[in-house]
Amino acid sequence: MTCEELENIAAKNADLINVRKIVREQAEKLAANTGYRKQVLVCGGTGCTSSHSADVIAQLEASFKELEIDDVLIVKTGCFGLCALGPIMIVYPEGAFYSQMTPEHAKTVAEKHLIKGGKIVTELLYADTVCEDGSVIPFAEIPFYKHQMRIALRNCGVIAAESIDEAIAAGDYKALKKALFEMSPEKVIDEIKRAGLRGRGGAGFPTGLKWQFTKDAVGDRKYVCCNADEGDPGAFMDRSVLEGDPHCVLEAMSIAGYAVGAEEGYIYVRAEYPIAVERLNIAITQARKAGLLGKNILGSKFNFDIHIRLGAGAFVCGEETALMSSIEGHRGEPRPRPPFSAQCGLFKKPTVLNNVETWANIAPIILNGADWFASIGTEKSKGTKVFAVGGKIKNVGLVEVPMGTKLKTIIDDIGGGIPDGKAFKAAQTGGPSGGCIPAKHFDIAMDFDNLVAIGSMMGSGGLIVMDEDTCMVDIAKFYLEFTADESCGKCTPCRIGTKRLLEILNKITDGNGEPEDLDKIKEIAEHMKSSSLCALGQSAPNPILSAMEHFGDEYRAHIYDKKCPAGVCKSLLSYYINPDKCRGCTLCMRNCPVNAISGSVRNPHDIDLKKCIKCGQCIAHCKFGAIVKK
Amino acid sequence: MSQNPFEGTKEQMNELKSSITAHRGEQGALMPVLHDAQRIYGYLPAEVQTVIADELNIPLAEVYGVATFYSQFSLTPKGKHKISVCLGTACYVKGSDKILEAIEKELKIKCGDCTPDRKFSIESCRCVGACGLAPVMIVDGEVYGKLSANDVAGILDKYIKD
Repeated sequence: MTCEELENIAAKNADLINVRKIVREQAEKLAANTGYRKQVLVCGGTGCTSSHSADVIAQLEASFKELEIDDVLIVKTGCFGLCALGPIMIVYPEGAFYSQMTPEHAKTVAEKHLIKGGKIVTELLYADTVCEDGSVIPFAEIPFYKHQMRIALRNCGVIAAESIDEAIAAGDYKALKKALFEMSPEKVIDEIKRAGLRGRGGAGFPTGLKWQFTKDAVGDRKYVCCNADEGDPGAFMDRSVLEGDPHCVLEAMSIAGYAVGAEEGYIYVRAEYPIAVERLNIAITQARKAGLLGKNILGSKFNFDIHIRLGAGAFVCGEETALMSSIEGHRGEPRPRPPFSAQCGLFKKPTVLNNVETWANIAPIILNGADWFASIGTEKSKGTKVFAVGGKIKNVGLVEVPMGTKLKTIIDDIGGGIPDGKAFKAAQTGGPSGGCIPAKHFDIAMDFDNLVAIGSMMGSGGLIVMDEDTCMVDIAKFYLEFTADESCGKCTPCRIGTKRLLEILNKITDGNGEPEDLDKIKEIAEHMKSSSLCALGQSAPNPILSAMEHFGDEYRAHIYDKKCPAGVCKSLLSYYINPDKCRGCTLCMRNCPVNAISGSVRNPHDIDLKKCIKCGQCIAHCKFGAIVKK
Repeated sequence: MSQNPFEGTKEQMNELKSSITAHRGEQGALMPVLHDAQRIYGYLPAEVQTVIADELNIPLAEVYGVATFYSQFSLTPKGKHKISVCLGTACYVKGSDKILEAIEKELKIKCGDCTPDRKFSIESCRCVGACGLAPVMIVDGEVYGKLSANDVAGILDKYIKD
């Protein structure tokens, strides 16, 4: 492919994409140029696929055939971000946002909306997009999207995820062209450095410096790697980029290849992400065919190709030296640094490794310039960050906001707050390596340094919201179980430290905690932080330490009073029936597996605490909220 | 290694050999070959590891070391129906441990095991990314979301009758 051909593809498909990006009135005029009266975008990301978006597409196709609709385009996209409401379907040029679609709903929409002269089916729209007077607001203006700024996710949910033409029309490969023909490798690196982009995978190391070190290193071969081994439980932004806009990663890796002098790249992707792997494979095949990967890219004499390597379910492989060891075909164990990967990385050659979200930021920086990027965010954290917001929150999904956005904005305005009228207790960031943000820091501006200052970390951007029903000892235990399980076992502080910490936490939640346990935790944690080989072990104690710092009372309640204030730790709880609320319906009695509940019809029942195994069946069945744990 | 007798077919062995041929000479060939072997056989019995070691000219100890390091490679066979329960953070805070307990009780085996008739195996998994549907369980790739422990028996019934 030549530069001219690239531009032609972009121009030819430009209106198709523009219809999806601009306001309704103009979009309606533009739609006429595209040959399609309407476009139906259906999410084909993992979340919506899990809730059967493929059935929705199949039904649309069937309905179109039946109704003889041939001027409406169905586009299978990547993730729209609002995963809790999947499957999601958006109709352009109106920007009508249908949520929780079923095949039946799809049939209705086809019959009433998508046929010629059809009208939006208001009752199937996402409720937040419908005003009280019945008028429809375009989804981009609802609170969930209004506060967001999409750079890394710019094309996710906008383009057909498996179409290189749409990717090109949306701007992919334009930055590669600019880098190859208008910029020297030094200029590319300088631009990334001046933009202030920091790695989005966890540590926040300046990306431009990493590239500089790799460029300066001496080696007959160099490599460019993409870390797509997104292991932090609860984070899924990298997957979303790979599923929604795989070409942007290929393009960015090629740009880095040009900048550091590498001709080969590897993407190390979790095997648990089958859709992402498939889309990457499709994208690589397309790019090779189009001459955007391979020899003499765009006629520039620059050669670059990319291979995929699948992970096999080891969290530690997200650590760079372990990742490289795994690509080499070995056990994914980390090794001491130095030497750093920039000097001695994959196959012992100078290697630059960035994570997916970092790669997704490269092309916009090259196209719009360092100054533009540096104008977004805070002093030391530039650009945006994608958060995977989950847990006890209404709008579970992916949210991209400028660095420095307040936690409160993310949770209340974008996330829609906490369901069931419960109170915010804490948010966990950085997954098993991070810590919690308590309610007193609800106003914190989220950036790399602020989070570290309060004992948490950005990590890869998982943000799990916890309400008053979450026990902070139990949550710390959950993360420790994870790190103990995922510790590779190579170094002693991590292998044994995680086990011992977990034992102590188990002891505490079982009601056998002793006052000196808290000191023991701190001592072990110190050793792990100072002497573990890699970040997994060094950061494994963080969830406990930060929970102990912010929720010390809760730890002491478990140890001294043998109580779990949140009502989670089974051994410290008893079940009681509130006689004022109990109507004597016998439902709990009939469902108790150990016959611990007694009572007669229409009289308050009673639980025999000696027999009760605390299984929770009675609470699950009680319709009157009469059973309490305390 | 596995106590179960090895029951590989000729077709499976041919498929494995062609995978090995495709990757031979490639840097880091072992991982892709093990992935293929796991897909072909459903697990990595000693016999298969030996073939891979011989063909790729890698010590068997190293093949075994890699096969046992990664949780996606299994040395024991899996059931006809594979059940996994997500214990990722979002699912966990929404009570996926209760879902797992209910499945264990229903099938009378523990997580990680296979029923004696090899019909079901249960495993826990890390986040599958369907956090909007938490808590979730997956049977043979089919995702069941927004579960409560009471839903488990009904879902398993479909597969028991099968």
